[in-house]
Amino acid sequence: MFFLRNGASVMKMSGGQMICEAISAEGVKTIFGYPGGAIMNVYDEMYKQDKFEHILTRHEQAAVHAADGYARASGKVGVAMVTSGPGFTNAVTGIATAYTDSIPLVVISGQVPLALIGTDGFQEIDAVGISRSCTKHNFLVRSLEELPRVLKEAFYIARSGRPGPVLVDVPKDITGEIGEFVYPKEVHLPTYKPNYKGNDRQIKKAVQAILEAKKPLLYIGGGAVLSGATDIIRELASVTQMPVVETLMARGVMGAKNPLLLGMLGMHGNYSSNMAMSETDLIISLGARFDDRVTGKLSEFAKYADIIHVDIDPANIAKLVDVDYPIVGDIKTVVEKMIPLLKDDVKTERYKVWRDILARYDELHPLLYNDNDEVIKPQWAIERLGELVGEQAIITSDVGQHQMWAAQFYPFDRPNQWINSGGLGTMGFGFPAALGAKKAIPEKTVINITGDGSILMNVQELVTASENNIPVINVVLNNHFLGMVRQWQTFFYEKRYSETDLSYQPNWKMLAEACAGIGYDVTSKEEFDAAIKDAIKQDKVAFVNVIVARLENVLPMVPSGGALYNMLLESKEEK
Amino acid sequence: MEAIRRVISVVVLNEAQVLARVSGLFAARGYNIESLTVAPIPDTDMSHITIATKGNKRVIEQITKQLHKLIPIFKVTEHEEMVEKEMVLIKFPIEESLSDIQALCQAYNGGIANVGEKMVIGMVADEPVRIKHFMEAARRYHPIEIVRGGVVAIER
Repeated sequence: MFFLRNGASVMKMSGGQMICEAISAEGVKTIFGYPGGAIMNVYDEMYKQDKFEHILTRHEQAAVHAADGYARASGKVGVAMVTSGPGFTNAVTGIATAYTDSIPLVVISGQVPLALIGTDGFQEIDAVGISRSCTKHNFLVRSLEELPRVLKEAFYIARSGRPGPVLVDVPKDITGEIGEFVYPKEVHLPTYKPNYKGNDRQIKKAVQAILEAKKPLLYIGGGAVLSGATDIIRELASVTQMPVVETLMARGVMGAKNPLLLGMLGMHGNYSSNMAMSETDLIISLGARFDDRVTGKLSEFAKYADIIHVDIDPANIAKLVDVDYPIVGDIKTVVEKMIPLLKDDVKTERYKVWRDILARYDELHPLLYNDNDEVIKPQWAIERLGELVGEQAIITSDVGQHQMWAAQFYPFDRPNQWINSGGLGTMGFGFPAALGAKKAIPEKTVINITGDGSILMNVQELVTASENNIPVINVVLNNHFLGMVRQWQTFFYEKRYSETDLSYQPNWKMLAEACAGIGYDVTSKEEFDAAIKDAIKQDKVAFVNVIVARLENVLPMVPSGGALYNMLLESKEEK
Repeated sequence: MEAIRRVISVVVLNEAQVLARVSGLFAARGYNIESLTVAPIPDTDMSHITIATKGNKRVIEQITKQLHKLIPIFKVTEHEEMVEKEMVLIKFPIEESLSDIQALCQAYNGGIANVGEKMVIGMVADEPVRIKHFMEAARRYHPIEIVRGGVVAIER
């Protein structure tokens, strides 16, 4: 080591060690990955250090999902490391999942040596080309000199503005080369300056619109979670007494017990939420992006409403619907500015008629299911899970019916408690994401609510969980069907159950036990309680195989492309 | 909504991949590129990309916003008041009347660029709509080959 004139220390080290130094300088305690030829120099340096831990997953996709779960549970940047070629392509689904949900990740991939790039070398693939449309930004490192700067920028870009995954592709000769390392203290990116503040004049106009509205509605999206805006949004709702709907990604922001929360809106939203959206005269959208699963048929969506749209990404504003009050900025910062402007003038009584109408809608069609003592209803399992573990748990999920039931029936009471792949809808996300969440917040019980379809898509992670003693619980709501696709086949394809019957299954208990985990077969409510209580006490990864009503449908449902107010409310199957 | 033609001027950092990021964005989101030109801006580490595109108002707005989101993009200008020019090189057989070709090219801000044993090459530089007229007029001299430069534009 020697010293520069300004006192900063300069170390000579390899590119591989620079990557390790940068990861620890960013405060990352756990990374997830899988080694291979082109990334070996970095793994060799990692072996020599003890500043962060590396969890060896058994598939690169799972490594990225685990880093993603770590990021969503902790709010920090997640890091995954993979090798070139197939290592990288396996990681792509994980990267795309994080991209569509705006999750901050830095993914470091090995690449063939500089001289081999473009020669179709062994395990060479154009990683920056492939990942361009599913990363916030990506880098192919071209020299050792630029490596420290690139790493610093990667972490900064991942976490700032609208967060997202950043890929750093590093040729093998660069990670082996020795050079001087100074990790930059600041980034200098003249072309990238996210706007957090929000335009004050627009904010004033938006506040005026709220004061003049008769039927305002707060529409909360995943951006509220990313912004850390929970407290301030709860305050906004409480000061104004405006009703609130949450998207799938925002579950937990208001807290399930909050009387102003109508529920989740969209394709599987509850009646009062969707009717509120259809009848409101002013939408206050905070970090939501008017996704097609939320809006239904656009021409019928919120026909009577003016729209205030607050989003840190200007491209989200007026992308699908015309916006009357666009505000580009961070949700937390903007709402903090709104509240003092509202406080003195807002008349909470003004919205009372509106709240009463919505309460009547909720009485008319509450979120219900027909419980049954013969067979476990999946909705019951989730409600019961909520009663048994409630706020003590972090819930991850895979994709399908179980995901929607979890979003509808679990009593989420804080943000970052609900971790699911909302935008991309990636089956196989839940289990590895649970591993990442448990590493980030070990004191919480972490439960993956999954289905018999999804769980098999990353089931190899049983080995990772056991080896590293990461005791997460997988609650498999087992209906022997690829349930959501089966539901669509029931409703829209005249019950032609093409390739959705999953009756041929592994023995789940034995599968878990073959990997040093613990398994439970559950067919009754008593067994369910006993299994969950026991699984929480165990220091092992668990599979709780819950046999549930086979043909249960997720309801209400807005058929794809239909208007939000046209909901299927009751199942013909069940009646 | 009605499709409109717009010229978008983009200032980008001169770095690897930047053109791929821009053209990839158009491909991935289904936007249309009518023409695209790139050249470095003197005495800077930036380049100028000029893109002529078509789309309705919402699409044009999305294009500018999505372009702006790309990290190495410094500035995006989409303006109705753009001075636009396009250059065309056009090759005619030597048998055609040299004076006619010269007069035609001169009428569109150009002239004869090169004369060889078998061919004569004309050059013009003009506004897109006038380029269209020139191409129609040039047809009667049996052009062998036409190379268009794409639109370059500058804000008024």
